[in-house]
Amino acid sequence: MNWRLLIGLPLLLGVIVTAISVVESRQQHRQLSVEMTALEIQRDELNIEFGRLQLEQAALGKTSRIERVAAEQLLMRSPSATEVEVLQP
Amino acid sequence: MTARRLPVRRIQGPQRGPNLRGRLRLMAVLLGLCGVALVAKAAEMQLLRSEFYQAKGDARFVREIAIPTSRGMITDRNGEPLAISTPVESIWASPRELLKHPARLADLAMALEQPLEELKARVEARAERDFVYLRRRMTPDQAEPVMALKIPGVYSTREYQRFYPLGDVAAHVLGYTNIDDQGQEGLELAFNDWLTGKPGAKRVIKDRLGRVVENIELVRAAEQGRTLELSLDRRLQHLVHRELQHALLENAATSGSAVVLDVATGEILAMVNLPSYNPNLLESVPAARRNRAVTDVFEPGSVIKAFTVAAALETGRVMPDTVIETSPGYMPLANHVVRDIRNFGTLTVTGLLTKSSNIAATKLALDMPNEHLHDVLHRFGFGELSGSGFPGEQAGVLTAPQGWGVVEKATISYGYGLSTTVLQLAQAYAALGNGGVWMPATFVHGGAGEGRAAIDPQLAQTMLGMLETVTGPQGSAQRAGVPGYRVAGKTGTSRRSIAGGYEKRYISVFAGLVPASKPRYAMALMINDPDPKQYYGGLVAAPVFGRVMADALRLLDVPPDNVEQLLAAAPAVPAAAADALTLEAESVAEALDAAAGPEMQAADGATR
Repeated sequence: MNWRLLIGLPLLLGVIVTAISVVESRQQHRQLSVEMTALEIQRDELNIEFGRLQLEQAALGKTSRIERVAAEQLLMRSPSATEVEVLQP
Repeated sequence: MTARRLPVRRIQGPQRGPNLRGRLRLMAVLLGLCGVALVAKAAEMQLLRSEFYQAKGDARFVREIAIPTSRGMITDRNGEPLAISTPVESIWASPRELLKHPARLADLAMALEQPLEELKARVEARAERDFVYLRRRMTPDQAEPVMALKIPGVYSTREYQRFYPLGDVAAHVLGYTNIDDQGQEGLELAFNDWLTGKPGAKRVIKDRLGRVVENIELVRAAEQGRTLELSLDRRLQHLVHRELQHALLENAATSGSAVVLDVATGEILAMVNLPSYNPNLLESVPAARRNRAVTDVFEPGSVIKAFTVAAALETGRVMPDTVIETSPGYMPLANHVVRDIRNFGTLTVTGLLTKSSNIAATKLALDMPNEHLHDVLHRFGFGELSGSGFPGEQAGVLTAPQGWGVVEKATISYGYGLSTTVLQLAQAYAALGNGGVWMPATFVHGGAGEGRAAIDPQLAQTMLGMLETVTGPQGSAQRAGVPGYRVAGKTGTSRRSIAGGYEKRYISVFAGLVPASKPRYAMALMINDPDPKQYYGGLVAAPVFGRVMADALRLLDVPPDNVEQLLAAAPAVPAAAADALTLEAESVAEALDAAAGPEMQAADGATR
């Protein structure tokens, strides 16, 4: 009788412990996958935002626009030949 | 049953009840049979047909869902975006569900900015269906308030739309995609596989309401579309576009194309065609979407003379200062007359290029075998694809030398009877500037191919010196000059060929290299059908080269290789060149006018 208890009890305990840890890891898996999905969504959103900002930058930085702003708003122009002095090294 | 056993029981005694033991045994057997049946069924399901049932179960909960990918970006050589895919939202509805809540249609119509009646009619027309697009391709900001209403039966899907921030400036080169984000034209088509990602897939468990409850496994990792870095330079592209447009308006021309190449690598830095179209709004006729710089061929005219001269020098029978008699300005040949625009008298071989004499070119060509002229032209890439891999690219026509008669050979020597694209022309001139090494053209940054020697480096150097005279004080293309820099180039004017002959309409061409002391950029351009009053290449096409390069060299920080000219021009306006020709005086005045830009740069650089 005693030897039965000696083997059976630890086995029983083992079963209970592993059963609980299965539940525990299952739960962890769910939590982590929820977190991952959220992070993936966040990553996609940030990528999209980045793309939009790049597009906006490209539109604002169009050479033709810079040229127009320089000439019309900032009244910039290339100096004429008489305004230029060439220095020789 | 009991009735049958009754007599037996009677024998044992009428007082006794029913046979309990017998019934018990019967029940035990029946229950035992049920148990066996259950175990048998379980064994069948678990052991014999387990796969079948597993599959049935999975089909009810496990779903494979796609991981979407977006198309890769196209950038210029400095990483500036030329084409970007951004997500847009398409709102759709299930009419069957939506029509259960008719009261909310008004809210929906308001959010979608559509008239209520129209929306109602559209949804009701498909009342029995489960899908109708309400509005496609909205920006996420527009779509959000619609989805915030949480109207039952209204959903949104994500789609990608391609945007081209440069618009019409680079439209022909980039091409465009269709509504499914697949390349249809241009580089979008040529590099479609590179740009398109591979959508991935993952297996998940969904509950009854379609929510993902568990990720099971990643079936295929998603491969995002890759970025394509082109050799184009956005700023140069803009410059060429601006100046070509200016020239088209000024000369009332119908169309034009221009290509700028990096001499050492064969990379295409700018490629512009006009008229253009807006790739963000495809409404134009398909003909306007052709990249004519690589798909349309034309007879190049006098720009070919550079290669006739190179072939002649290669035979060793003439030198750059060998004298050729061109008087009286026309020359009968078989049943044909070769003409110059005026009588140039005696010219050296260099003078042939400076003045662009057809007669001198003819005389040189007649002095060499057909095969040799053909071989030299072929080595410079005429009649052969440029290597760019652009969809629909043309190789032009260079016929076999065995069929050339005297007249054919003469006309080829000054650029008729063979055809070429603008890209091929730019490439051939780039080879002259690259020590005689012809490079395959490429649209990819760092995508330079293997070059091949077309002519001896020494001869290429000689050719550069000769071509420099074209933009000099005696030359036919002074307006191609860039103050502060030495320019080598050649003009061309050809009559447009039509079935059965030539029209009285023209093509004006210029091809050139800059700075001539050590060429870095080659540019070829073609202007189609300019105002006939001033159709010579020197007046129509050459100024575009000068103006583009004046700004481009400043932009690209190329040091001036002709500082003396700057020094002479800077302090005061010098006396007009001695040349009496009004045409030339005019171009000097204009060159001074245009001098402002690069001079400022030179002064800046020196003071720093």
